Amino acid sequence: MSLLEIDRLSLQIGNAPILKEVSLTVDPGEILAITGESGSGKSMTALAIMQLLPRGARSTGTIRLSATDLTALPEPELCALRGNEMGMIFQEPMTALNPVHTIGRQVAETIRLHDPTADAEAQARDILTRVGLRPDRFPLSRYPHELSGGQRQRVVIAMAIARHPKLLIADEPTTALDVTTQAQILALLKGLVQDFGMGLILITHDLAVVADIADRIAVMRHGEVVETGPTWHLLRTMQHPYTRMLFEASTHQVNLPAPPPPTPLLQVRNLHRSYRLPRTRLFSPPGQFDAVKGVSFTIMRGERLGLVGESGCGKSTLTRAILGLETPQKGQILLDDTPVGQDPGARRRMQVVFQDPFGSFNPRHRVARLITEPFHLLSAPPTGAARAQAIAEALTAVGLQPDDATRYIHEFSGGQRQRIAIARALIIKPELILFDEAVSALDVSVRAQILDLIADLCRTYGLTYLFVSHDLSVVRSVTDRVMVMQAGEIIEEGLTETVFTNPQHPYTTKLLEAAPKLPDLRMQHSGDGSI
Amino acid sequence: MLRYVLKRLASLVLSLAVASLIIFTLIEVAPGDPASFMLGINAQPETLAALRAELGLDVPKVQRYLNWVGGMLTGDFGTSYTYRTPVSEMVADRIAVSLPLALYALALSILIAFPAGIFAASRRGQAGDLGVMGATQLGVALPNFWFAMMLVLVFAIHLRWFPAGGFAGWDKGLIAGLTSLTLPAIALALPQAAILTRVMRSALLDVLGEDYMRTARAKGLSARQTLWRHGLRNAMIPVLTIIGLQFSFLFAGTIIIEQVFYLPGLGRLIFQSISARDLIVVESVVMLVVFAVILINFFVDLAYAAVDPRLRSRA
Repeated sequence: MSLLEIDRLSLQIGNAPILKEVSLTVDPGEILAITGESGSGKSMTALAIMQLLPRGARSTGTIRLSATDLTALPEPELCALRGNEMGMIFQEPMTALNPVHTIGRQVAETIRLHDPTADAEAQARDILTRVGLRPDRFPLSRYPHELSGGQRQRVVIAMAIARHPKLLIADEPTTALDVTTQAQILALLKGLVQDFGMGLILITHDLAVVADIADRIAVMRHGEVVETGPTWHLLRTMQHPYTRMLFEASTHQVNLPAPPPPTPLLQVRNLHRSYRLPRTRLFSPPGQFDAVKGVSFTIMRGERLGLVGESGCGKSTLTRAILGLETPQKGQILLDDTPVGQDPGARRRMQVVFQDPFGSFNPRHRVARLITEPFHLLSAPPTGAARAQAIAEALTAVGLQPDDATRYIHEFSGGQRQRIAIARALIIKPELILFDEAVSALDVSVRAQILDLIADLCRTYGLTYLFVSHDLSVVRSVTDRVMVMQAGEIIEEGLTETVFTNPQHPYTTKLLEAAPKLPDLRMQHSGDGSI
Repeated sequence: MLRYVLKRLASLVLSLAVASLIIFTLIEVAPGDPASFMLGINAQPETLAALRAELGLDVPKVQRYLNWVGGMLTGDFGTSYTYRTPVSEMVADRIAVSLPLALYALALSILIAFPAGIFAASRRGQAGDLGVMGATQLGVALPNFWFAMMLVLVFAIHLRWFPAGGFAGWDKGLIAGLTSLTLPAIALALPQAAILTRVMRSALLDVLGEDYMRTARAKGLSARQTLWRHGLRNAMIPVLTIIGLQFSFLFAGTIIIEQVFYLPGLGRLIFQSISARDLIVVESVVMLVVFAVILINFFVDLAYAAVDPRLRSRA
């Protein structure tokens, strides 16, 4: 008998159907991956198992954990099961811990709650050691803000597994983490499943993450499980068109036009930027954090340059410095031999597209006003018919309708918003665009569309851009040349394909190895002739 | 933590120094000479000069400022122009009423607001929440003197549980003192409690939406345990801010309530001394109030740090 059996679970919030007849099983020691794009119902399935659904949710069907129907249990009995028989890990480690309690107290709380007589502190120490936080380096008295994202996620895992639950649900546990940290956390989860014989439900939007470690995959779309099966079998056969679409979108390659002959556009010379740290003691000199240490590079006209690195490596500081939003202590940034920062004209020639398609627009303005914001950089901004013409042109270029100019931003989906952000960057025909994690928040299918759009724009406008991202596969597909940044320095640069196929620096190698990869199924497909 | 406290202390001293300068300057530039006010418009220039010398008004301004500050540091607040009694004595009498009244009202406000705010937040959108929110709407809208009159009508005139006004004095015992302060404290507390309830409710609702509250539920805590163990402390920062502001108001802004209940408090003293151009009293009382407010803010800052470990390490 399975550990968890979900039988025809349907869920409604208000009148909106969220889940439709979802049936899944998990065996002890098995890793089931649930994958799909945003809104597919992955997280709601997880919350339904935990019976932590939002108010107003109504469900039918059964969820049996070790033969107990969770949907029929009263709340006190569910409380006794949560954290004890089933644990859950959430996506955002930065906010999943209570900021005012120590990590020891938070881990011990799970233990004490279900077994008041236990030596909770000793057990908390053991379990933190098990997840890789040894008490000699990470005492129980640490507060969450004193830990990094990956360390916090380890604490969250420790809380969830402290009572050795039979079922662990991990909802996008590594999405907010860097690739090397992601690899460590996935390895930890896999080890725990083996040690404790737990069933693990791993929810993720990233097929590549699950291809490696899941025993079985369930693909969800619009609240339904469209396909489920053992990992290798599912990836090899891919019966459902949506599964195939997800897979293809994840490995999407765009067709970039050849760059024009190299003439320098932007030159960064020996750039330094450091920040003052707070004093550690009253009269000691304040420390210094060097975010960018002597970075030099050149972007050629028409070139697509990538910048990759993990969080805290200095890529954001560098981006901000190029945009003139940070004043470097040393070094020069020249746009066509004119220093950026002093010359307001230089700002006109550069535009930026940010990561968050939801936070980077003023919700009270219409699209026309939002995308014409860069006009204030022009000495004679177009008015009347010329302005309308420019708006229509920019919206058409990014695949939207000129009529969309009169709508508000909340009427658009995430992908459409990112198109609007690109339209805003394009409208004054800048010579250089900075994409700062511009596709990181998007679903894979939408991401593939935006990457295609960028390639199209390269063909039409001969764009020059700097593409900053932590996602190696995306950078590989949309850049000609790439720079790898670590601890404020560029440690490797070269033609994108060369760096990816033959990395020289050990750190680049480590990054590439840590990045989850989808298996190359094309050869297998032709080999066994199944497709 | 020590660094944080030292930093807050330094800011406290600096704030006091700046405040004393501003108060002194403002009162100096205010029109009206206390000596001529006291003697009337027909006074002889010689008498005026003699009085000015007696009041210490004839020395240069810098000297007067230093004398004033130095005096306050040693507990000597000067002598009232009108009553010819030491200001420190006058002020001490009034503080004996105003400070307990403010603390009493603040305690009532907290005692009402915390349970009411928690109750409303935990029943968001339900009848209980709507009821509490409706009541706080009334509490914010109705002026405190109206409450005062209603309280006198019901509890003093009708039921005769409390006196209708006046202050018995602490020498008659704690109970007698508190009894005469009860109705004014309630009248002062009700509007403050209404505000604090709303702040408490919205701070808690913000916290209830946080990820760590969901984590706590996933550990097996019940909704109520989650609220008490993880919600309350995180909701305290905005609540503490409002409590600090409310104390400042209750300490010196209670003149109407003092008037309604015939209480000899600080508010009335300020009002009387401004009318009488008794600048030395005004200066001293204002400085004292400023001192109290800054001190309260200092304690609020310390409370922030006690509540939130991130503030301790950031300092």
